[in-house]
Amino acid sequence: MNFELTEERRMLQDTLRRFLSDRYDTATRNRILESDEGFSPEIWEGLAELGVIGALFAEDQGGFGGAGFDISVVFEELGRAGVVEPMLDTAILGGGLLAALGDEAQRALVEEVIGGGLHLALAHYEPGSRYDLSRVRATATPEGGEIVLNGAKAVVVNAEAAGQLIVSARESGAADDPGGISLFLVPAGANGLSLRGYPMISGGRAAEVTLDEVRLPASARLGTAGEGFEPLRTAIARANVALAAETLGAMETATELTREYLLTRQQFGRPIGTFQALQHRFADMLIELEQARSAVINAAGNLEKSPDFRDMQISSARNLIGRVGRLIAEESIQMHGGIAMTQEYELAHFAKRITMADHRFGDTDWHLERFLELSAA
Amino acid sequence: MDLNYNEEELAFRDEVRAFLDETVTPELRDKVRNGRLTKQDMENWHAALNARGWLAQNWPKEFGGAAWNAVQRHIFEEEAAMADAPRIVPFGLSMLAPVLMKFGSKEQQDYYLPRILSGEDWWCQGYSEPGAGSDLASLKTRAVREGDHYIVNGQKTWTTLGQYANKIFCLVRTDPNAKQQEGISFLLIDMDTPGIEVRPIILLDGTHEVNEVWFTDVKVPVENLVGEENKGWTYAKYLLTHERANIAGVGFSRAGLDAVKRMARAEMHKGRPLIENPHFAARLAQVEIDLMAMATTNLRIISQAAAGQAPGVESSMLKVKGTIIRQEINDLARRAAGPYALPFPSEAVEGANEPPIGPDYAGPTAAHYFNNRKLSIFGGSNEIQRNIIAKVKLGGGR
Ligand SMILES: Cc1cc2nc3c(=O)[nH]c(=O)nc-3n(C[C@H](O)[C@H](O)[C@H](O)COP(=O)(O)OP(=O)(O)OC[C@H]3O[C@@H](n4cnc5c(N)ncnc54)[C@H](O)[C@@H]3O)c2cc1C
Repeated sequence: MNFELTEERRMLQDTLRRFLSDRYDTATRNRILESDEGFSPEIWEGLAELGVIGALFAEDQGGFGGAGFDISVVFEELGRAGVVEPMLDTAILGGGLLAALGDEAQRALVEEVIGGGLHLALAHYEPGSRYDLSRVRATATPEGGEIVLNGAKAVVVNAEAAGQLIVSARESGAADDPGGISLFLVPAGANGLSLRGYPMISGGRAAEVTLDEVRLPASARLGTAGEGFEPLRTAIARANVALAAETLGAMETATELTREYLLTRQQFGRPIGTFQALQHRFADMLIELEQARSAVINAAGNLEKSPDFRDMQISSARNLIGRVGRLIAEESIQMHGGIAMTQEYELAHFAKRITMADHRFGDTDWHLERFLELSAA
Repeated sequence: MDLNYNEEELAFRDEVRAFLDETVTPELRDKVRNGRLTKQDMENWHAALNARGWLAQNWPKEFGGAAWNAVQRHIFEEEAAMADAPRIVPFGLSMLAPVLMKFGSKEQQDYYLPRILSGEDWWCQGYSEPGAGSDLASLKTRAVREGDHYIVNGQKTWTTLGQYANKIFCLVRTDPNAKQQEGISFLLIDMDTPGIEVRPIILLDGTHEVNEVWFTDVKVPVENLVGEENKGWTYAKYLLTHERANIAGVGFSRAGLDAVKRMARAEMHKGRPLIENPHFAARLAQVEIDLMAMATTNLRIISQAAAGQAPGVESSMLKVKGTIIRQEINDLARRAAGPYALPFPSEAVEGANEPPIGPDYAGPTAAHYFNNRKLSIFGGSNEIQRNIIAKVKLGGGR
């Protein structure tokens, strides 16, 4: 048994941490949060140059990592710095699916992603599907040699910046059938594709996506017809590891900010950290933070296992982190008092990242249910 | 013991309902639900209540008040919350006015009270400072007497709706050498006085509801002192007992719970309404159970108050439990919205004529959740309330 990071991963962690502490300070982040794009192209380029994107792909995919612990190392650092750049969407979801399913031409795009020149987005969930992975109503209909897409996709993160959207659509089966779902590469600006973009409360941007008679050549298909569900499941599993690790990082920062504040804020002539009522609650935060750290390790370390076992581990991590995240976000705010309620003070941003992570790929309850299903099996 | 309202109270409730039916238009209700009330909306609401004689609910008749008893006030608050009516801005009506009635001069009463009713004056509360939050008595804003003026220097913060106010009541230090609580005075200050600067503080949900107020050599006539110099702490504490009225927020919780149920009936989880999902239903039921008991605790304390008993630690208990329940309901609303809690709605994105992003109920849920973290921080934080309860019951011993 060994809980040390490999030499390569430790170096990656150090370099990334240094880059972000130099380049991603609070003022920069606030500027990015208020920008029209919702992320910084310069930071993105910097991350690509450092090899951060490459670390999320395996060697045979053109990268030099791609395993669960590569994902967790990178995302924990992104979370610690409160980064809002769409790494999860472009690299893990979009890039991951391209690398896993693409033909030669499609896989060439992975290189562009690793180089930082191409953004991607996964347009899968739909209005009314909540977190259900198999509920797809968008349709793909063959017509002549072409495929025609129709339907609507909900809260597609990074859709506006994406050069290509990976769109799921049903070719057969009922609305919640795992079978019959196919994936397609839809270029930005395709006829019939429209986006209604908006900022998200925790940073970054998303869009409502409408597909109205979008015509694609047969070569736009990604992977085998009707067999998109399992690859989607894998991509979402990887995204869950990323999201859990990012949330862990954000919780570390929230906890550290709270520690510093408890030591420095004076009321009644002494630091508020001398009040036992707060000391015990801070101690609980630390205890739960270690639980969260272990949960991320469980999820990352089991990412390459069989799908059901993997997903059971992942749902256990997401459920635990959902609970701990709420505790840490709320307690951090409470123990800061009014100052934590302000946009300007950075704790607010971390509390939002932590909380809103529970609104992607299943929330605390959704993962509890999933855990029950999978652990009973 | 009888858990029901008597006939008189029921008749009163019907009257309130009829008024709310008429006055809270669907447009107004939507603005309340989405947190988009303008200054004008709030002023209109005050004017409508004033026209009916229902604005100054806790004031005695002689000052133009409705002189409602505790049960009537409770009925109105609950019905208004359930109808998604705007809130009454409390600073003039239920904070300053009782202080003026008890400690103010005849001139101050005659001048200020009618202006609160008519809406001519919008008051804000200048208590907190950057260094003086829970430890309010450590406040530093200084007022020095020079002839028939005080010269005020310092900074107040967290001033709610100070951007709309033309008046501010302030706690200031007039004797820096006395014991902390004994060197504080209560001053009424015109916001137009030279040397006052109001700077916005944007909250974590993007809203501008609080401000910093800076004072540089601000000249305040001595007749704006309330009561005696250096006795301000007594008045401040008297005011805080009024601030804690309706602290339980039962009406807000009932309205919030109803809203969550509406959402959970509309949201689909694996092909069934979310409200049928056992995990979500259990969360919902637990809050509802807590709320049912708390509502009765609240009524028990209200009837004691109506019988003339001053509430003691009970109001601290209601503050803690009431805010926990409201925050839990905000959390449930956010969960119920699912992925559609993520979009950050704004007029800029949605525009006046654009449909909402996702279901109409989802947009404000996350913003409300974050904004209402304030409930356990202000009005005496929940930690301070627990300190009070413990101190009373454990005799302050260490
Ligand atoms: C949205 C909002 C609106 C407000 N509006 C107004 C307004 O209009 N006018 C106004 O004057 N003020 C207003 N306030 C200020 C509010 O009253 C203060 O925020 C509150 O008193 C807490 O002070 P603080 O924020 O400085 O926190 P602090 O007092 O610094 O407290 C930080 C933490 O320490 C805890 N703590 C402090 N002392 C103790 C202790 N002895 N034992 C245990 N724990 C302790 C607190 O509970 C809190 O968790 C508002 C605040 C907010 C957030």
